[in-house]
Amino acid sequence: MSWFVTYVRSSIGAKHVMAVTGLLLALFAVAHMIGHLVMFGGRDAYNDYAHMLQNLGHGGVKWIVRGGLLALVAVHIGAGIRLTSLNKAARPVPYAVFRTVRTRPWAKTMVWTGLAVLAFIVYHLLHFTAGQIQPEYFHQLDPKGRYDAYVMFVRGFQNPAILASYLVAMVCLLPHLSHGLKSLFQSLGLQHPKYDGLINKGGAGLAVILFLGYITPPLCVALGVIKLPGA
Amino acid sequence: MSEPESNDKPLNLTIYVWRQKDAKDAGGLVKYDLKGVSQHASFLEMLDILNEQLVGKGEEPVAFDHDCREGICGMCSLMINGRPHGGFPATTTCQVHMRHFKDGETIYIEPWRAGAFPVVRDLVVDRAAFDKITQAGGYITANCGSAQDANAILVPKDDADRAMSAAACIGCGACVAACPNSSAMLYTAAKLAHMHNLPQGQPERMKRTLAMVDAMDAAGFGNCTNHYECEAACPKEITREVIAMMNRDYAKAALSYREPTAKSDGAG
Ligand code: FES
Repeated sequence: MSWFVTYVRSSIGAKHVMAVTGLLLALFAVAHMIGHLVMFGGRDAYNDYAHMLQNLGHGGVKWIVRGGLLALVAVHIGAGIRLTSLNKAARPVPYAVFRTVRTRPWAKTMVWTGLAVLAFIVYHLLHFTAGQIQPEYFHQLDPKGRYDAYVMFVRGFQNPAILASYLVAMVCLLPHLSHGLKSLFQSLGLQHPKYDGLINKGGAGLAVILFLGYITPPLCVALGVIKLPGA
Repeated sequence: MSEPESNDKPLNLTIYVWRQKDAKDAGGLVKYDLKGVSQHASFLEMLDILNEQLVGKGEEPVAFDHDCREGICGMCSLMINGRPHGGFPATTTCQVHMRHFKDGETIYIEPWRAGAFPVVRDLVVDRAAFDKITQAGGYITANCGSAQDANAILVPKDDADRAMSAAACIGCGACVAACPNSSAMLYTAAKLAHMHNLPQGQPERMKRTLAMVDAMDAAGFGNCTNHYECEAACPKEITREVIAMMNRDYAKAALSYREPTAKSDGAG
């Protein structure tokens, strides 16, 4: 496998690693967002959906997906940090005056928006996967005897601090995805003047769709559109 | 950029120049006041004037690279006010003229900054790392001796044009200087695209891509993060398209190319 290690550690191979892991994570983000939108179907539909995910393949699929996501996140972040430090080292003496003309703020801040999203993911998992935040709502069951994910969701985002941290994370995710989704085509060599417009608009467009899809259900909770059962 | 209207009023300038005795010296910016510079002078002539004055005072002149002074050799290499070659479209430092500057302006002049381009003295950097990249694969293998018929290999005009656009690279290093990561991908990709748009470049395409990218990495350049500062800074207007081509080829080469072994060299 040494050729493979050489490849992924090379400058271009590392770009490919960032691009492929980023793309897969973005695809997960799309699926996860669609799952969120099931909140609009009401308590029964959402708990049904959550129950189905939990028990897919006798609960095995859940662990495969979790393992896969963890690996993707670890590789994406590990490669990102390694590249950032190599890039810093590539210019040991800085310019006194340095002006960029094309670099966009979101491109320059990929590392910071990425780390902010990471911090949020840890918090998010502690909350909804490990039940460490608001544990009082974690093990509640609905009338059909399933975990009451719906109530956990509503209770969570009724809390202004949790809602605020969530919105901040989504504001960081938006530019990260927007740059990443455009950039990965260039990294993989799929960029071409003929598709430039589509890639740029499509990447930014998908990032905006994800942003809106993610913030809508929590905001609806805050605004009282999505309510506790019986409320 | 439109040509500024020329009036003949000479310019008084404050310039900050990076002075560094040798590779080991820490170096620093030194301020000079320069009076009465003609607007018709080129940027390098302005430095010539400064040097005459320095020599007159018994000081060391400022060392800077230049050769053709007509925008074709790629030797001139100054970071002017934070932009390679001053940031004028499709312009090398030697083609920048003082009419682009205003009376009383402060100008910062620095060398290219990259670990792979160590400063030799003042504004002169060692760009041998580029040579190493080209030496690793910037050629084709051909029989010498009798020249073959010129029309034996047909080259479509579009391909020839694309190859020529890439071959316009003069190896000045502005792409590295402009890149926030000091990446040399535009240079390396231009050299590859120059050959890979032509039929003559095809037989060794995979091997060449691997070798030149490896040489680029070994030289200590940074990694591209798709900011495209290189494209904006290139005096020959080479585009990121060549980098996409290199990225594509590198994946193909890394995942599928293997060196022939003794048993598979085709001998019966
Ligand atoms: S001196 Fe030759 S390109 Fe500027």
